[in-house]
Amino acid sequence: MTSGSLTLVYFMLIVTGILVLGLVTSWVDRKVTARVQARVGPPWYQPLADILKLLGKETLVPDQASRNVFLLAPLFGIAGASLAAGLLGYVLLFPDRGFLGDVVVLVYLLLIPAISLIIGGGSSGNPMAVVGASREMKLILGYELPYLVVIAMIIIKSGYDFRLGGIITAQSIGGWHLWSLSGIIGFIVLLLATQAKLGLVPFDIPDAEQEIMGGIITEYSGPPLAMIKVTKSFLLTVLPLFIMAVLMGGIRLEGWSILWSILKYIVIIVFIVLIRNTNPRVRIDQAVKFFWGPVTILAIAGLVLGIYGW
Amino acid sequence: MSLTRWGLKKSPWVYHVALSPCNNCDIEILDLLTPRFDVERFGIKLVGSPRHADVLLVSGSINRHVLPRFIELYKQTAKPCVVFAIGSCALSMTMFRDSYNTVGPLDKVVKEIDPNAIIVYVPGCPPKPEAMILGVVKALQAL
Repeated sequence: MTSGSLTLVYFMLIVTGILVLGLVTSWVDRKVTARVQARVGPPWYQPLADILKLLGKETLVPDQASRNVFLLAPLFGIAGASLAAGLLGYVLLFPDRGFLGDVVVLVYLLLIPAISLIIGGGSSGNPMAVVGASREMKLILGYELPYLVVIAMIIIKSGYDFRLGGIITAQSIGGWHLWSLSGIIGFIVLLLATQAKLGLVPFDIPDAEQEIMGGIITEYSGPPLAMIKVTKSFLLTVLPLFIMAVLMGGIRLEGWSILWSILKYIVIIVFIVLIRNTNPRVRIDQAVKFFWGPVTILAIAGLVLGIYGW
Repeated sequence: MSLTRWGLKKSPWVYHVALSPCNNCDIEILDLLTPRFDVERFGIKLVGSPRHADVLLVSGSINRHVLPRFIELYKQTAKPCVVFAIGSCALSMTMFRDSYNTVGPLDKVVKEIDPNAIIVYVPGCPPKPEAMILGVVKALQAL
């Protein structure tokens, strides 16, 4: 096998692995939520059953929707999410095989699922989906600003290295970025931005049930809806793995480090699920004021501390 | 049994259709979806849009005003789907059967739109949440 086709096989295995990990993580999320609410919760195969069921339903396209854009939008979402999963998994496993600027590429790729949802919601021909799409646009503007400031701080702390592999190896030499004041600030800001990126309470505003029916995904049914759920599963794994890569030294697969890596992942997921279960949903103006106010000021403080080596 | 049919049995998503009922059945349906009865064990989840639903929980007797809207809603639900007639009003209209306003019972209306519709009857006024769970279990076994 040539090295090109070997890389392709690695990519396919990594993307499949991250998909399975995403389904398991979404089950863990629902089970922990159930236990916190003193109930039993769904069985382990529930996310798989949801997706298989959706694949067997018919696809309904509203008369007033733009048919081609409506059906293509989830496809772009799942393409962006799986590409980000493949790139991140590959660089986590082989830190020296990234390329210059792959952190920037990864941040762009992680934005594609959100934009595809906006396009899909906007082309649905339903006013509630349009409201959901406009809220998602505002939410993206809100959380991307502190997210990028923290990524800039991490690049500076790793010696102006724009390669994700370089950031990971800088941490294996000099200790995790998390164990510094700017690292802790960065972790808090990335965690809040991840909560908004994943569309989880308190920031599940675009997809607000009981308020705008189904929000941005109101008109989707059947296989396109299954693709949207799979995209969300991908993001549920890729975003914590990204936090692990930039702040906690990535994953290492030799000896005891495997348990350590699993523990890091579980800690981030536990934070996300606990924030989800203890907060009500906020309004979109409260969310944008929150992200552009306290969170951005915190991120800029972290950036300044990071430049001076703290 | 195909994989998608297995998925349908293990993950029926529910949409609540209230066709101007007296709201007793609605209160019992909302009770059903609270943590005390924990229907998420069966994969049941309340969804906000009929396009995402597999089960339509219909309460109230259909009247002339709501009839075209219910027909539109049934067509908007992605098939295969199951219609649950919750409560005596949806089953047979009880005391409203000679009213000036009501149109035939629910199963007559649904079978006119879709002769192959699957309809489950949960009697009671209002039915207890345990009765609704029994109806769901029997429907999933027969699916």
